[in-house]
Amino acid sequence: MLSLYRPGTSLVHRARAGLKLAALAALGTGLFAVARIEVVVAALIGVLAAGLLVARLPAGVLWAQVRPVWLLLTGLFVFHLLLTDPLTGAVAVLRLLTLVLAAAVVTATTRVTALVAVVEWLLRPLEVVGVRPARVGLMVAMTLRFIPVVAERAARIREAQAARGASGMRLGLLVPLLIQVLQLAATLGEALDARGADDVPARRPRRA
Amino acid sequence: MFRAPREEIAVKTRDLAYVALFAAIVAVLGQIPPVPVPGIPVPITAQTLGVMLAGSVLGARRGGLALLLFLAVVAMGAPLLASGAGGLGVFVGPTAGYLYSWPIAAFVVGWLTERFWRRYNLAWALVANLVGGIAVIYAIGIPFTSLYADIPLSASAIGSLAFIPGDVVKAVAASVVAVAVRRAYPVIELPSRRATAG
Repeated sequence: MLSLYRPGTSLVHRARAGLKLAALAALGTGLFAVARIEVVVAALIGVLAAGLLVARLPAGVLWAQVRPVWLLLTGLFVFHLLLTDPLTGAVAVLRLLTLVLAAAVVTATTRVTALVAVVEWLLRPLEVVGVRPARVGLMVAMTLRFIPVVAERAARIREAQAARGASGMRLGLLVPLLIQVLQLAATLGEALDARGADDVPARRPRRA
Repeated sequence: MFRAPREEIAVKTRDLAYVALFAAIVAVLGQIPPVPVPGIPVPITAQTLGVMLAGSVLGARRGGLALLLFLAVVAMGAPLLASGAGGLGVFVGPTAGYLYSWPIAAFVVGWLTERFWRRYNLAWALVANLVGGIAVIYAIGIPFTSLYADIPLSASAIGSLAFIPGDVVKAVAASVVAVAVRRAYPVIELPSRRATAG
């Protein structure tokens, strides 16, 4: 399972991806601009309501995103308790918790394709300096497609090395893996060229 | 009409594939279980090894783009970070600065590697990886956490000390691998115009 998206039909699910990302950015900026405990708590309640009640996400989905930063947040609060005051600590910790939860809600309710579309839209102004937004979707797709391929190659090399008695050599695994993947990339590049994946702008005559 | 500099636009299709596949390598490295090393308080995850390797093998531009692409894929909800985390949450968390530093770090490693390319050996590889892969990451990550979590710079720095021994081990590993890959399958090509530079 390679996506954190949870399908659904709620209002949060149906909201436009760009809108959700803009709201997340606004929340991030806003909570730092207004460092007041009542504002932060209100935002936290709002985010939880949007995620659990409106989008009907299982609590586990949100917890999975909070878990990696949980210890850090606790440590942060203890730090503030000892060196500053509890209120500053509560604002700092709850603010981060709110943002992580809000991001988890956006991630769980937005399709990858919708996020790719937003990234392409955001990159559109960069077209004048030579960035081609349509490539982004292609490259995201290639990366996702080749993660299992790379993992499978790594496993195969490890087996081959184990068969020759070289167990536990992680560094010895990396060199053949990298070379194989680089060769694969060269082949893939040729295949893309053959299918004209990239040739419209590249072959545009540029003699001005 | 706007005229863009020609060579900068002409990213070859093969480069797209290098970038995309290296992003996949960084993802796979993150799935390797953390290795506990005796004497080092924090288990070593292989993900920043990917940051160093991207710069060392692909060079500045492609290496930086590979990490940018990797972060984009993570942001879109793929749980590819070493902790099994992903989505937008990690980009607003207290240690997000370290993530943001990865493309820059890969770029700096690659930039230095390109400077050293003609006399590249283990020693120069180590310089590139220690500066780009460790110094740059901490120089961005530590102040970010300090500002973001509202703690003094010193506290943020002390909190990250535990990771330094593991990062040094990774820099050595990345350098050994990068030298071997350069011998077998060099990807970085210096333009012939700059033949005397370096």
